[in-house]
Amino acid sequence: MLRKKSIIDTGSLSLEDIDLIFANADSFLEVSERDVKKVPALRGKTIVNLFFEPSTRTRTSFEIAAKRLSADIINFSSSTSSVKKGESVIDTLKTILSMKVDLIVMRHSDSGAVKMAEQFVNVPVINAGDGKHQHPTQALLDLYTIKKIFNKLEGLKVAIIGDFINSRVAKSDIDLFERMGIDVTVVSPAMLLPEDFSRMKVKHSIDDVIEESDIIYVLRMQFERQNRKFYPSIMEYNRFLSLNKDRLLRMKPGSIVMHPGPVNRGIEITDEVMDISGEPGERITIEQQVTNGVAIRMAVLYLILS
Amino acid sequence: MAEKAYILNRDEIDRIIKRISHEILERNKGSENLVFIGLQKRGVPLAKRIAENIEKFEGTKIKTGKLDITFYRDDIGQNIKPIAQTTDIPFEIEDKNVILVDDVLYTGRTIRAAMDALIDFGRPKTIQLVVLIDRGHRELPIRADYVGKNLPTSRDESVDVRLQETDGEDSVVVIRKE
Repeated sequence: MLRKKSIIDTGSLSLEDIDLIFANADSFLEVSERDVKKVPALRGKTIVNLFFEPSTRTRTSFEIAAKRLSADIINFSSSTSSVKKGESVIDTLKTILSMKVDLIVMRHSDSGAVKMAEQFVNVPVINAGDGKHQHPTQALLDLYTIKKIFNKLEGLKVAIIGDFINSRVAKSDIDLFERMGIDVTVVSPAMLLPEDFSRMKVKHSIDDVIEESDIIYVLRMQFERQNRKFYPSIMEYNRFLSLNKDRLLRMKPGSIVMHPGPVNRGIEITDEVMDISGEPGERITIEQQVTNGVAIRMAVLYLILS
Repeated sequence: MAEKAYILNRDEIDRIIKRISHEILERNKGSENLVFIGLQKRGVPLAKRIAENIEKFEGTKIKTGKLDITFYRDDIGQNIKPIAQTTDIPFEIEDKNVILVDDVLYTGRTIRAAMDALIDFGRPKTIQLVVLIDRGHRELPIRADYVGKNLPTSRDESVDVRLQETDGEDSVVVIRKE
């Protein structure tokens, strides 16, 4: 059992919760390897994927996770653009609740929208990303991926590269990483940092961290959240922040590259790196993150609903 | 104070396992096409021990796997701690005679769940059940094919099976809760 039924941010997860989720995720990874990739654990439960903001992989990941647990899942997508904020969410929730669902997975472009929804409903809610705030299941799958690869967490050095201010992934990851004793450095240009970053270790070029990091965590440049220009040019981004082949080859033995996806090819990571084969290609764990994501979401759904 | 009664010691458990190993060979006319699957957690070492005996008797290699049935339980939401253990069946069970091994047979619900789980892995030729202790009180139409010891119990007693591999010693004890 998890300490809290809903997962709104990484702060609502205790260390025991995280251990329990990881232990179950190991079993669910095995289930996903079977010919029959389905267990009857959540038979008869109904889950709603309530996405007010477009998403492919997170939505699909939750959908596959629910289906492998034999739950019924309904996908509900809507755009907030034409409706007045707040009102539409509550109305939609009322409709969904009348259908007697057991759990809501929700994404919204406004920070805090999921927390507001959680207070309004009487079923558990999982935050699948709210604005620039949090994306807790992404942080769990990232931490899990690191743990599977390195077999430990404490003392690892991670550098988180890129668009920090707009990234809910960065905020969730940093919270979990630091609680596990992982050493975090943020690599970001000044204009992509929050006003107060005095608490964080900050560097401005990927070259400052590339050789010493165990994990290079490349963030997605969040063009969709940039209503003003945060960065002068892609060329300048490439020069200081992109992961190119030269930098990949300078990484220390055993180190890895992570990215929450989808990758803006040619911006955060070059085409050449994305398509690289052989040993350097094995450093890139983006596909493992996706595989582990399904197992983590199965574990979370299972632990909340069982 | 809880009252304890010692039912089996190490030598007795050892003899039972040898006897069951012979029974399995007799009924299946040899070890061909046999695979062993132990239920987490104490069925796993029991399955291994039987398989090792048969390997010794027959001079062939016997395949063993482990099965966890947490995700197949029918008592979800009834305060059971949902920590799943490893399932590892590194072979095909299609058309095999699957020997399912568990420590205690009680209501039969675990075995129901185990059969559901097994069938998701393929279609065995037969499923046969080995239990070290059959304590009665079945709630489903399930019986064991090989029984170590029939042990009539009441529902307020608990049967505590301890094995070297999981608990550091071999013993079976019945504990009556006051």
